[in-house]
Amino acid sequence: MPHMADNPLTLDAVETVHVTCDVLIIGGGNAGCFSAVEAAKLDPTRKIVIMEKAQILRSGACSAGMDAINTYIPEGKTPEDLVRWCRSQVGGGPIREDLALSNARELNESVDDLERWGLPILRDAEGKIRYRGAWDISIHGEQLKPIMAEKAIESGAVIYNRVACTQLLMEGERCVGALGFGVRDGKFYVFHAKATINATGGAAGLYKSYTADATDSHHQIWMCPYCVGTGYAVGIRQGAEMTSMEQRWVATRTKDFCGPVDTISVGYKAPIINAKGERIMQTRYAHLGGDKAPRYIRANAPMEEWLAGRGPTYCDTRGMEPELAKQMMTDYLNERPSFVLFLASRGQDPVKEPIEIYGSDPYIVGGHTQSGFWVGLDRMTTVPGLFAAGETAGGNPNKFVGGCAAEGKLALRGAFAYMQGLTLAEPDEAQIEAEKARIYGPLLRGADFDGLTAVEMEERLQRLMDEYAGGTSQFYRTNEERLDYALKHIAMLRSQTVYLKAANLHDLMSVHEVVDRIDVAEVLCHHLKFRKETRWQGWQTRSDYPEIDPAYDCHVESRRDMATGAIETFTRPYEQIVSGDRYKP
Amino acid sequence: MPPIIDHKKCNGCQGREESFCEEACPGDLLYVGSDGKAHCHAQRDCWDCMSCVKMCPRNAIETRIPYQLGYHKARLMPIMGKNSITWKCTDINGETVTYKYRNRLEIADEQGGSS
Ligand SMILES: Cc1cc2nc3c(=O)[nH]c(=O)nc-3n(C[C@H](O)[C@H](O)[C@H](O)COP(=O)(O)OP(=O)(O)OC[C@H]3O[C@@H](n4cnc5c(N)ncnc54)[C@H](O)[C@@H]3O)c2cc1C
Repeated sequence: MPHMADNPLTLDAVETVHVTCDVLIIGGGNAGCFSAVEAAKLDPTRKIVIMEKAQILRSGACSAGMDAINTYIPEGKTPEDLVRWCRSQVGGGPIREDLALSNARELNESVDDLERWGLPILRDAEGKIRYRGAWDISIHGEQLKPIMAEKAIESGAVIYNRVACTQLLMEGERCVGALGFGVRDGKFYVFHAKATINATGGAAGLYKSYTADATDSHHQIWMCPYCVGTGYAVGIRQGAEMTSMEQRWVATRTKDFCGPVDTISVGYKAPIINAKGERIMQTRYAHLGGDKAPRYIRANAPMEEWLAGRGPTYCDTRGMEPELAKQMMTDYLNERPSFVLFLASRGQDPVKEPIEIYGSDPYIVGGHTQSGFWVGLDRMTTVPGLFAAGETAGGNPNKFVGGCAAEGKLALRGAFAYMQGLTLAEPDEAQIEAEKARIYGPLLRGADFDGLTAVEMEERLQRLMDEYAGGTSQFYRTNEERLDYALKHIAMLRSQTVYLKAANLHDLMSVHEVVDRIDVAEVLCHHLKFRKETRWQGWQTRSDYPEIDPAYDCHVESRRDMATGAIETFTRPYEQIVSGDRYKP
Repeated sequence: MPPIIDHKKCNGCQGREESFCEEACPGDLLYVGSDGKAHCHAQRDCWDCMSCVKMCPRNAIETRIPYQLGYHKARLMPIMGKNSITWKCTDINGETVTYKYRNRLEIADEQGGSS
């Protein structure tokens, strides 16, 4: 049987599938699966639908597995303590402490769920959970994604795999579902829902990865390359308020294979050294906390060494006990198995040779930093009816697996409360037809059409962002003029999307992914432009404003003007809710 | 050059609506062609997550590190057991190491732990 439908010959030949439900979950990843399970727990009579571009058994950030749950509150510590740590990790914030606290209160229960469902959490001889650092615990998470997905399936949610979301469905100012297309069956899908949870993960591929020039390694990157920021883009296009998009996530990763480093540096206490063998964190960053310095400092440190002529940089694994080294390899196999293959392809034994490290390309991931939708405590965005959970929700960094799970529950509860007594009008046909035409346009341009491929435009965007908006090749630095240049070319790219053509349905997905990335990149550049200071070196570095400016101790926000399409930027004040020194854990 | 599919072993998971590797790929990259064999839409777009390698019932897929990044030739193959996984890794010098560990708890088994 054909696994991918043939291209339609006309727009009319495309079949439309209408689905009505109570709650639509866009993205059956970590957060999305938890939303579905929570729904069944609260009210199994509700119809829940998951719209997923891949197959939920192996999709999103957790596809390859995990070796740790980065946050789990240990005995003797409180949710407030976790918020203090979280705040200090981002240089005192400003963060949304209201969100962070509500998430922290749900956190342990969500991780306990995972263990009850079969996730091996490593415990010591007395049965106590084994901590890797102060807050993170070790797991054998090779099966993490299938474990979550099986529970989502059991919850009774109706799952539409291989259906990619491209747009929200609106009723005036209100979100009432989403539109998309089947990347295998080619059908056009209309999901009409009382409430919609946007859980599509983060945005990778906005920037060029430094390995992208090598054959077949365009996606040798850290974040899931199939989460491209569509969730942000569909909200931006409806005028949703975005927060802190300038706080990009950049991490120290193994060099030439974007593999885990926290595993070695935190989990196995292997020090970070430069070419001269100097322990970088202790010698140059002692005043900022050394090995416990905020996350962005640790991420940026090796790159500063390279820039100063002291690269290469390494995680010094030499002399590690063989038993410990084997445990480390097991961790890798759980999270990024092909890194073990990479080491083997270099003939490298980490006990004898240190592991080389370098900076990753920048990502927008609200589960790591705080970029994403501005949401209320109920996780509703500024678009009524549209909720965000996991990487899509901003304001609350350091969520990772446990926090994204917790937020999936919170958003579902918010959605249930919101839709009480809500009745919807018939969906707007004009809007639906317009989106159908927009989706399939690139497939219907005809064989003779002299246009552009998704790959061409994607590579143009990624190089532009890398060089002008602070990518790896520029050691993450940018300035006013470069950002203006980037914005000018982003506008040109957008005007050229009419030339995009697709060869088949898979390619059509790639076309819409690049269109979405352009929308996210534009907002990102506006945020970087607005923050005329350097608050989080590496994550956000302005070479024309190298210092922290207290005037920017606030949240930077943006919104698309629905009449003109222009991106407006503004601020919101920071509110400290949890007592204590903001800069200390 | 990820992933490499051995077409002598691959049978496209005959009879399944989606082959196991198609199902496993988070990037929708694998498909069964008119020849009844699995293919990859774009080698460059693979994330090397190895989900397809784990899922293939005929051991027909392997992940290979692109040559610009890693030398010829290392091999890493998983064997999926009940609640455990075994990996066999052979490096470019022909040295093989095996790793085996528990990847799921027995649900009745309340007490977690490493194996
Ligand atoms: C390699 C790696 C290692 C990590 N290691 C750890 C760790 O050890 N510990 C830890 O705590 N955290 C870790 N994290 C972070 C953690 O995995 C993430 O923060 C978290 O899982 C994100 O959850 P999410 O639900 O927001 O996104 P995801 O789980 O990525 O889910 C997003 C889902 O949306 C789908 N989707 C995307 N676009 C569309 C669309 N247009 N239409 C329909 N569906 C769509 C995707 O296919 C996916 O299923 C790691 C992340 C990565 C990438």
